[in-house]
Amino acid sequence: MNDTDYHVAPAQGFWVFVLILVTIVIAALWAAHQMDTAGHAITGMNNQVVWGLPHVFAVFLILCASGALNPASLSTVFGRTRYAPIARLSGVFAICLLVGGLVVLVLDLGRPDRLQVAITTYNFRSIFAWNVLGYTGFIVIVGVYLACFMDNAPRGAVKAAGYVAFAWRVLLTSGTGAIFGFLVAREGYDAAILVPLFVAISFALGTAFFLIGLVLSFRWSGQVPDSEVLKKLGRLLAIFVLVVLYLVAVQTLTSLYSGRQRGVVEFLLFSGGVYPVLFWLGQVGLGSILPLMLLYSRRSRGCASILTASVLVLVGGLCQLYVLIIGGQVYPLRIFPGYRASSSFFDGVVTYYVPSLWEVLLGVGGVAMAVLLCLVAMRILPLLPRALPLKPGTLVRDP
Amino acid sequence: MAAGDTSTLPRREFLGRASALAGLVVSFAPGMRLIDLAAAKPDGEAASAEVRWGMLVDATRCVSGCDACVKACATEHGLEMTDRPEIDAQWIRKVDLIDENTGREISLPVMCQHCEDAPCVAVCPTGASFRREDGIVLVNKHTCIGCRYCMMACPYKARSFIHINLVGQRTHSPRGKGTVESCTFCVHRVDRDREPACVEACTAAGHQALLFGDLSDNEGELAHRLSEVQTQQLRSDLGTNPGVHYHGL
Amino acid sequence: MGSVCQLLLLIMLTGVLPLSVIADEPIFPRARGERCVEPVGIMRRAHFEFLNHHGQQTVERGIRTGRHSLAGCIGCHAARDQNADWIPVSAPGQFCESCHSYAAVRIDCFSCHRAVPEADRVMGN
Repeated sequence: MNDTDYHVAPAQGFWVFVLILVTIVIAALWAAHQMDTAGHAITGMNNQVVWGLPHVFAVFLILCASGALNPASLSTVFGRTRYAPIARLSGVFAICLLVGGLVVLVLDLGRPDRLQVAITTYNFRSIFAWNVLGYTGFIVIVGVYLACFMDNAPRGAVKAAGYVAFAWRVLLTSGTGAIFGFLVAREGYDAAILVPLFVAISFALGTAFFLIGLVLSFRWSGQVPDSEVLKKLGRLLAIFVLVVLYLVAVQTLTSLYSGRQRGVVEFLLFSGGVYPVLFWLGQVGLGSILPLMLLYSRRSRGCASILTASVLVLVGGLCQLYVLIIGGQVYPLRIFPGYRASSSFFDGVVTYYVPSLWEVLLGVGGVAMAVLLCLVAMRILPLLPRALPLKPGTLVRDP
Repeated sequence: MAAGDTSTLPRREFLGRASALAGLVVSFAPGMRLIDLAAAKPDGEAASAEVRWGMLVDATRCVSGCDACVKACATEHGLEMTDRPEIDAQWIRKVDLIDENTGREISLPVMCQHCEDAPCVAVCPTGASFRREDGIVLVNKHTCIGCRYCMMACPYKARSFIHINLVGQRTHSPRGKGTVESCTFCVHRVDRDREPACVEACTAAGHQALLFGDLSDNEGELAHRLSEVQTQQLRSDLGTNPGVHYHGL
Repeated sequence: MGSVCQLLLLIMLTGVLPLSVIADEPIFPRARGERCVEPVGIMRRAHFEFLNHHGQQTVERGIRTGRHSLAGCIGCHAARDQNADWIPVSAPGQFCESCHSYAAVRIDCFSCHRAVPEADRVMGN
């Protein structure tokens, strides 16, 4: 680390990117303002589907955030020194992604003006409350971790911060999975496996986002990232995708077998209209099988295939979260087992959810906010390591 | 009535006439209090854990197509039905059930079950969703941030979120955009020794399918009825221990 | 600037400022009833404490004193318009809003609470 030089991102193109992103963010803020003044009636959310597209994006960004810390953790906690030069980028991406996700979450609240209540009043029986503490703590801890890197703190301090950050990140992501896994009310959730599943998803999404960010920011500064680093991260991405696929298969097969949760799984996988399409085409096809083929194929191991695979994994992740979060809500609750129910409150029927423009703007705005923060950070702080040796395959020097 | 007293009615006949009289009184006195005097709470005093408010829903008396309870609740709390039922607040709803195997049809109302171990109380990040000492589960709308997590957590889908700007609220039932709400067991009435509006309306409609009272009071009518007829709680497998019991399911 | 100008400036500032303060003071319709449940001085400083603290006590513990209820305030302090309809206390120039806009403190009450008396809770007429 001490032997690597770091520099800020170049000025060319910065203001163009910022302008585009700021426009999207402003559109998102305007959408949030509309939702706040007119009420959630203008969105597609209702008393049946209470969490919509903004939450899909928020959870997506939060999972990307904890996973984006992986390369830094790999170098500090797991001793893979080849990732040391890019550890700063990793930490900064993690913070920016989390902030983007939190902004979406807060702006979708029914009473966003009560944010002060949310961060000062806690019911410690609520996993949601623990998550709120976890998110703010994550930003602080990764901030300290970054400061240790960038101020050339003693190795012991860096290691300590790195271990704490890694443990925190796993606990936080477990908590995010528990938000859904702890809910007994809905058949699509109530499952302990959602906790490790979310951790696995975060590993995959975070690595994918990081790879894209790494390649693009290096290209922006006229450099090429070390192909060994790319290759190894690509391999890791493939493993994470496989783990996610495995956990999804276990959850699906168990539910189909037992009968208790068969109804919702049959709905989401076969009979539910848009949800099976998103599951098979989006999550499994585009998000898992295609990237695995790209990453393991003997013909293409270059930057382009890794980049494409990463983008596909992100798309697949969004689809997966949509099926999970929204699909789990449109399916009716089983309040009266053994009876067919009907009422004015949509008991016994599958409800519909169509995201409104406001929700799309808010969700996309969160992503734009995260990317904007990354860009600004790269321009202000020296995060990009000096050009690596031209010979591909050369290891980064051990700090 | 002593058994050896020959100048009085035989016990069985007396009991029969007394019950008939009681039934008449109950039928024609909609405002009559069915809550035990011992459970009355004076103003200025806090709700007590010695009381646990609960309800018995008799599905055998509930009539399909009748929505007196729903209408009474809407009037009492100023709930308006719009042209978008998916976002309307519904604190109580009539559910029509058909047994999947036998085809038997049942109608019954579902409202907040006021669980002892309420999932909505457990998951609320700010503690706005809480259970009062006397068992009534409420939302403190001063603290609710509108995250809707409690709505995800409720196994009975009892909660509603307010999606629009509201005007013309009832004084005793403040409610506003961006917060979550559900049946309060008409806590403003209960605290003043009256019974919930839905119970009153069901009695006035002549069905008497709803009985409200103190579950802890073994001398009271509610506990008495619960010990006599077969009842169950909705989704009792979840361990929430609701305060609402159903007969005839 | 000469000393005359400075003197003029001083007179303007000291003369104009008190006037502007008087001009901005909140004006709202007179309340019905003989007197408030608390002295004016106490009410001005502590009304939020009464409403907030007691409101929390009512919601969380079921303690209903009635003395410091929001509906009680509105019962006396709400005004009627020319058509004898109640005007919300949160409307411009009315009881709550005029002081609050003067002090630039946002009121959060009336997104949920009723801002006019209900038929059975009117004091005076």
